[in-house]
Amino acid sequence: MSEQKTQEVLQSAEFKKLIKKRWAVAFLLTTVMLLAYFGFLLMVAFDKDFFKQKAGEVTTIAIPIGIGLIVLAWVMTGIYTYWANNFYDKEVEEIKKKL
Amino acid sequence: MHLLQTTTSIGETNWVAIIMFFAFVALTMYITYWASRKTKTTSEFYAAGRSITGFQNGLALAGDYMSAASFLGIAGMVAMQGFDGLIYSIGFIVGWPLIMFLIAEPLRNLGKYTFADVVAFRLKQKPIRVAASIGSILTILIYLIAQMVGAGGLIEKLFGLSYEWAVLIVGSVMMCYVLFGGMLATTWVQIIKAVLLLGGATVLVILALSHFDYSVTNLFKTVTDKYGEGSLSPGSMFSNPFDALSLGLALMLGTAGLPHILMRFYTVPDAKQARKSVFVATGFIGYFYILTFVIGFSAAALVGREAIKGVNASGNMAAILLSEHTGGSLFLGFIAAVAFATILAVVAGLTLSGASSIAHDLYVNVFRKGESNEKGEVKVAKMATIGLGILAIILGLAFKNQNVAFMVGLAFAVAASANFPALLLSVFWKKFTTKGATWSIVVGALSAIILIVFSPPVMKDIMGYEPIFPLKNPALVSVPLAFITGVIVSLIKPEQEAQEKFEKEKIRTYLGVGAE
Repeated sequence: MSEQKTQEVLQSAEFKKLIKKRWAVAFLLTTVMLLAYFGFLLMVAFDKDFFKQKAGEVTTIAIPIGIGLIVLAWVMTGIYTYWANNFYDKEVEEIKKKL
Repeated sequence: MHLLQTTTSIGETNWVAIIMFFAFVALTMYITYWASRKTKTTSEFYAAGRSITGFQNGLALAGDYMSAASFLGIAGMVAMQGFDGLIYSIGFIVGWPLIMFLIAEPLRNLGKYTFADVVAFRLKQKPIRVAASIGSILTILIYLIAQMVGAGGLIEKLFGLSYEWAVLIVGSVMMCYVLFGGMLATTWVQIIKAVLLLGGATVLVILALSHFDYSVTNLFKTVTDKYGEGSLSPGSMFSNPFDALSLGLALMLGTAGLPHILMRFYTVPDAKQARKSVFVATGFIGYFYILTFVIGFSAAALVGREAIKGVNASGNMAAILLSEHTGGSLFLGFIAAVAFATILAVVAGLTLSGASSIAHDLYVNVFRKGESNEKGEVKVAKMATIGLGILAIILGLAFKNQNVAFMVGLAFAVAASANFPALLLSVFWKKFTTKGATWSIVVGALSAIILIVFSPPVMKDIMGYEPIFPLKNPALVSVPLAFITGVIVSLIKPEQEAQEKFEKEKIRTYLGVGAE
């Protein structure tokens, strides 16, 4: 790996685009998670009656929402892993060839 | 009628528990012996020679994170207060996606053994290492106290052993794992513990639901019949919106700043495996919290809140009582042994990361200015392990009867304020400087601790004064303060060299080229 090739890669539009895309995906997913979690906390603080609505015979909607948030956290890590394995890693391999 | 059962054998010597526990210790000691022959170099001692697979590390991360405090504490909270307990669980899981999106890959690519490696990568070593190790060791010590105190109390109740003996046993066994088996032994202890805990909790849920024809609706119906419909929706625990946000922030960002969790990412060979381990860990931890939710409600329905309170006022014994109620003293013994194993594993992980911070960050990079000789560093790490082990035992004895849940909240608040902001800024902000990072860590740690001293749980409940700071958890103030300090100090005096290195390190951060 020569210094010159490293510089070429660092300056390449391809590499810069990859980093931009990586953080765009990361920030988008982070925002979704933050909105879901803090939205939930604010609803808990300000509108407790909302959660008392029934989802079933006795089950309130609080239960599927709460469990849903836990599942969402896991699904989000799955989405990122899928994206990184299928798109990010491929581009990384392409760029690495040039080094 | 079984619903009114109040007799319990808890506190009496349970032979099943003792035999199970000895079997666990024997097995893990054998693993430690096996691991000791493969643990010679620093990379082997701190990072298991990077030989752990993503799936194994996922289980080990789950093992490190699912403490007895969350198993017993959250099940108890759900049993006594209903839905509010689940709000806690949610807080403990939402940090994981953030670790994945923002931290895991750059951390793996840039670092070697500790998260301070990443912060110090392009900055001046000495000040960063000192500040970061203060942040790490502070977090670890507070968390360690919580675990030791919880362990002593729990074992006293379950095995009929005195608190002092319990703390001594936990401290000594854990020291053996870390001292002789390093990260490899610690990892396998975590994996075995995670499997036992997940398996035990699954069986407990199945046994409990068998009382309700395997219908969760029937379970909820019994709970609402006994304790009212309020159990199934948010109650009074999160009434002040600022308190709720502050605690939420601490749990979320604190997870991403726990040194013993971050350290685990160095045990896998590359960023791809690091990613996989977060996915696996989040899945298991999420599943575990859903189980504790059902366990808590089942305990309320089958054992009853009065009976749970009768054994322990905080409700911590709910899961244990439920195991006795559904599976007799045999199953009680099993779950008790699992809880003991859980504590041992978490304490071992904490001690190892504390030792790595002392040996790798302070000894090698500050006192020896980066000159590391393998043998010398492992020796220092082992001495640090012994020191931390003894300190953990002393602190465990000194803090007897402290509120464990409060200590855990404190550890998360310090991790969120001291460690997370500096780590995140160093990963993605080019203009971050040595001074900025140092001050961010110092201000984050100090503000978290000072605000806690002036908060209602300490100032009002312990000291009996009117609290100066209104929130129970400081994160809502201390986390933004750490970020703002880091940014402002960095902008005042730019560091040209750090900015140039930031450009260069991108090849390692994003492509993994040159990663260790």
